[in-house]
Amino acid sequence: MNRLGIVDAAAYVPSMRLDRGAIFAANSWANPALKGLARGSRSMCNWDEDSLTMGVEAARRCLAGRSRDDVSRLYFASTTPPFADRQSATVIGEALNLSEQLAAVDLGNSRNAGMQALCEVLRGDRQALVVAADARRAKPASVQELQYGHGSAALLLGREGSIADVVAEYRLTRDFVDQFRGSGEDFDYRWEERWIRDRGLREIIPKLVQGVLKKAGVAPGQLARLVLPAAPPRMTAAMAKALGLPPEAVQDGRLGDVGDTGAPHPLLLTVDALAESSPGDLVLLVGFAQGGIALLLKATGNLPRWQQRNAHRLALSPPRPESAYTKYLSFSGLLPMDFGMRAEADAKTQLSVFDRHRAELTGFAGGRCPVCNTVQFPRSSRCVNPDCNAEGEQEVVLLADEPGTVTSFTQDWLAYTPHPPLQYGLASTESGARVLMEFTECPLKQMQVGLRLRFVFRIHAIDSHRGYRRYFWKGAPAPNEEKT
Amino acid sequence: MTGICDKVAILGMGCSRFGERWDCDAEDLMLEAFREASADAGVEARDLDAAWFGCYFDDASVGKSALPLANALRLKNIPVTRVENMCATGTEALRGAVYAVAAGACDIALALGVEKLKDTGYGGLPVGTPGTFTEQWRPNTSSPGSFAQLASAYRAEHRVKGEDLKRAMAHVSWKSHLNGAINPKAHLRRAVDLDTIIGAPMVAEPLGLFDCCGVSDGAACAIVARPEIARDLGKTEIVTVKALQLAVSNGSEAGHEGWNGSYIHCGRLAGQRALEEAGVRSAPDEIDLMEVHDCFSITELVTMEDLGFAEEGKGWRAVLDGAFDRDGATPCQIDGGLKCFGHPIGASGLRMAYEVYLQLLGRAGDRQLPSPSLGLTHNLGGEPARCVVSVAVFGRSD
Repeated sequence: MNRLGIVDAAAYVPSMRLDRGAIFAANSWANPALKGLARGSRSMCNWDEDSLTMGVEAARRCLAGRSRDDVSRLYFASTTPPFADRQSATVIGEALNLSEQLAAVDLGNSRNAGMQALCEVLRGDRQALVVAADARRAKPASVQELQYGHGSAALLLGREGSIADVVAEYRLTRDFVDQFRGSGEDFDYRWEERWIRDRGLREIIPKLVQGVLKKAGVAPGQLARLVLPAAPPRMTAAMAKALGLPPEAVQDGRLGDVGDTGAPHPLLLTVDALAESSPGDLVLLVGFAQGGIALLLKATGNLPRWQQRNAHRLALSPPRPESAYTKYLSFSGLLPMDFGMRAEADAKTQLSVFDRHRAELTGFAGGRCPVCNTVQFPRSSRCVNPDCNAEGEQEVVLLADEPGTVTSFTQDWLAYTPHPPLQYGLASTESGARVLMEFTECPLKQMQVGLRLRFVFRIHAIDSHRGYRRYFWKGAPAPNEEKT
Repeated sequence: MTGICDKVAILGMGCSRFGERWDCDAEDLMLEAFREASADAGVEARDLDAAWFGCYFDDASVGKSALPLANALRLKNIPVTRVENMCATGTEALRGAVYAVAAGACDIALALGVEKLKDTGYGGLPVGTPGTFTEQWRPNTSSPGSFAQLASAYRAEHRVKGEDLKRAMAHVSWKSHLNGAINPKAHLRRAVDLDTIIGAPMVAEPLGLFDCCGVSDGAACAIVARPEIARDLGKTEIVTVKALQLAVSNGSEAGHEGWNGSYIHCGRLAGQRALEEAGVRSAPDEIDLMEVHDCFSITELVTMEDLGFAEEGKGWRAVLDGAFDRDGATPCQIDGGLKCFGHPIGASGLRMAYEVYLQLLGRAGDRQLPSPSLGLTHNLGGEPARCVVSVAVFGRSD
C-alpha cells in the first residue's frame, strides 16, 4: 500500500502538574461537590507556554534526529491558538526551520481538530507533520478546571518506515452540542453530564467503532487497543465491554496525571498506545465532538525500534508538582496579581524589526564568521570575536538543537516576570555562541554555572495592550539534568 | 598622543544633598550644586564659555536636550551639550568640558549632572529599552540581576564558596554605610551591622537589599579651566585632572566566549589607560583614595581586581581584610559611595570627583583622610557584559 503511515510520534505535556486537591481546597467553599474530582493532578502551562509553544515542543520531539528537509506539510490543530489571525502552523514551521515552501494549515473550532488534521494529512502522499495542542481555560471552581489539562502531540506521516499503518477511517458528522465556546469567549459551556453520556458517548461511539470495523472487515475481538475520548474509566470500561473487549484494552486516558487536553488528546493517547503496542496490533482511535472520527491503525514491525528510541523522549519532562492554585489562576489570566510598576512597561513589538530578524528570533539562527569560524548570536556583519572582527556575510548556524551550558546566572526578584524570580544569564552553545537569555523550568536550587541546557521555544513577552505576543528561545535544564 | 594630564584644573565643584528630595525639582538640584561650585570657583554663570549637561532618564526626568540646564542656570545662550552614557553620564559630562578646555576651545567650562529618580515612582530604576531588535530576545533584565551574574561567574571561576563571597560583599556595604553615616550630604546615613546585611531580603541572587546602592535625587558639577587661568583667578591650591579615560564594550563580552563573566573587561582597560595617562606605575602604592562605581557590592569587589588593587581572584579576601576600609591601604568610598551617598545617575561621576576634590584640598570635614595627593574615580554604565567605564585620576598640582 502506497499510503502514508505514522512514521514518528511524540507528545509534550508541561512539567507543571497542579494538584487537584489544591484546586478543590481553594474552591470547596463555593462548590463542595467538586471533591469527587479532587484526585491526582492536571498539567498546566508555565506562564511562557501556550498552544503554539507546546506544539513546537511536541514537533521537535517528533522530529528529533530526523531530517526536516522532506516535511512539506504542517497541520496545526487547536481550539486555543494564540492568534485569531496569524497562523500558528506558519510560526511553528519557522521555529522548526522548515522550508519556506511548506504548506502550513491551521485547523480548529473542534475538540476533534487533531483527528481531523490527521485524516486530512492522510489523504495526501507527501511527508507531513500533524501537530495538535490546546491550553484551554476554565472558570474557577468549574468541573472543567479539574478535568482539563494542557498538552500537545505531534505525528509525522510518511511513506517509509511506518510504525503504524492506517487500515480504515470512519466518520459520523452530527451537530451534537455537548459543549461549545462562543467566538471570543473565554470558557466552554457544557450541557448536563448524564445527557452527554447517554445520548452522546453511548450512541455515537459504538456507531463509530462498528462503522470502522465493518469497513476494515475486522471483528471487535481482534482489537488490541482502544483509544477512547476522555471519560471516566468506569464509562470507557463499559463501552469496551459493550464491544466485547476487556477493560485493559482501553488506553488509559491520562486523566489522573494530565487531564483532558482537548484537540491533541486522541493524538497524545495514540503516542501512549504506540508505546505499549506490539507489531501487528490493531489500535483504534476514536475522537468525539459533533459526531466523531474512528481511525484504525495497525502497528508494524518498525514499532519496537521506535519504542526503544522513544523511551528517552517520553522521559524528557518529568512532572513537577505544583500546589499554588493562585499561580495557575495568574498564568491563566484569571487573577490580576500586583507585580509592581515594572509590569507596566510596554511590550510593543516593532513588527518591521521582527520581520528583518525572523530567522534569528523564531528559528534561533546564529551566524558563523567566514574568516575565523566563530559562531555568534545575533548574526552580524562584523565578527564579534575580538581577535577577528572581520566583515563578511555569515553562514547561518541553527542553534536550537545544540546543547548549551550556563556561564553566568541570576535569579532576579526585581525584574518583571509573571513567574518570579526571573532567571537569566549568559548561555553558551556547543558551537561557541554566547547568548544572554532567560532560563525556564529550572528549580531555583538546581541553577548553577555549568548547568547543561536544552533550548526551548517560549513566549518572550506578552503585549496585553495589543493582543500580541512574541516568542524566543530560552534555556531549560537538559533532560539529564532534570530531577524527578 | 600627550593625553590630558595636568592640562585642566578644577576651579570649583558643587554637589547637592543626595536623597529623596521630595522638596524640589531637578532644576533646584542643579542650582543647589551650581551655587556651591560658583562660590568655590569665584565664577558666575555669565562667566561660562560652554557647558556639558549629563542626565540619563530624560523622559522620566527633565526631558531631552540641553535646554534644562540652560534654563535652570539662565546661561547666556552659550553652547550647551547634552550627554548620556548610562551610569557613566556624569563623568562623560566632565570629559566633554575638560577636553574642550584642554583644546583651547573655551576658557571656562561647566560640567553638570543631575537625576531626579525619586519622581519616577519606582523603588529601583525605571524600565528602559535596549533597542527595538534586542528587546525582542534579551531577557527583561534589571540592574541588580545584571550585576548579580558577576557573582555567579566569579564564584565559579575562582572557586569561591557562596557564603565567603556573600560575607565579602557584605563587608563592602558595611564599610560604605559606616562612611556614609558621617557624610552630611549622603542619602543613607545609618551604620548597618553585618548580620542585617547578610540576612536582608534577596533582590537578585546573591544580591540582597544591602548589596544594592541607593536610588536618589541629586546633582553635582565642576567648573574647569586651564591651570594658568586658575592661577590668574587667584587659586593657590590647584587640583588638576591627571587622567580621564573611557572604555566602551563592543559586544564581545556578551557575544563571545572569550569572556568568562567574572570581571569587567572595560573596567580593566579604562583603568590601565587612566593609570598610564596619569603616569601612575603602581596604583596600590600611589593612589591615596578612590571612589568606584559600587552600584552593587559585587561590582566594587570585582573592581578592586580590575583596577589592580587586589590580585585576580583574591579581591574578596582583600575586602575582608579591610584593605579598602577608611583605615585600610586604599580607602574606597570614603563618602559612602553610590551605596550610601546615593546614585542619581547623571550626577554620580561628578559626585565621585567632588569627593576626591574635597579630600585633595583637605575640605572633607569629619571624613578627611590624612593628606592624600592622588585620587581615582571609576564610573561604570550599563552592565558587566555591555558597559561603558570611565576612570579618572585627580591630583594636586600647586
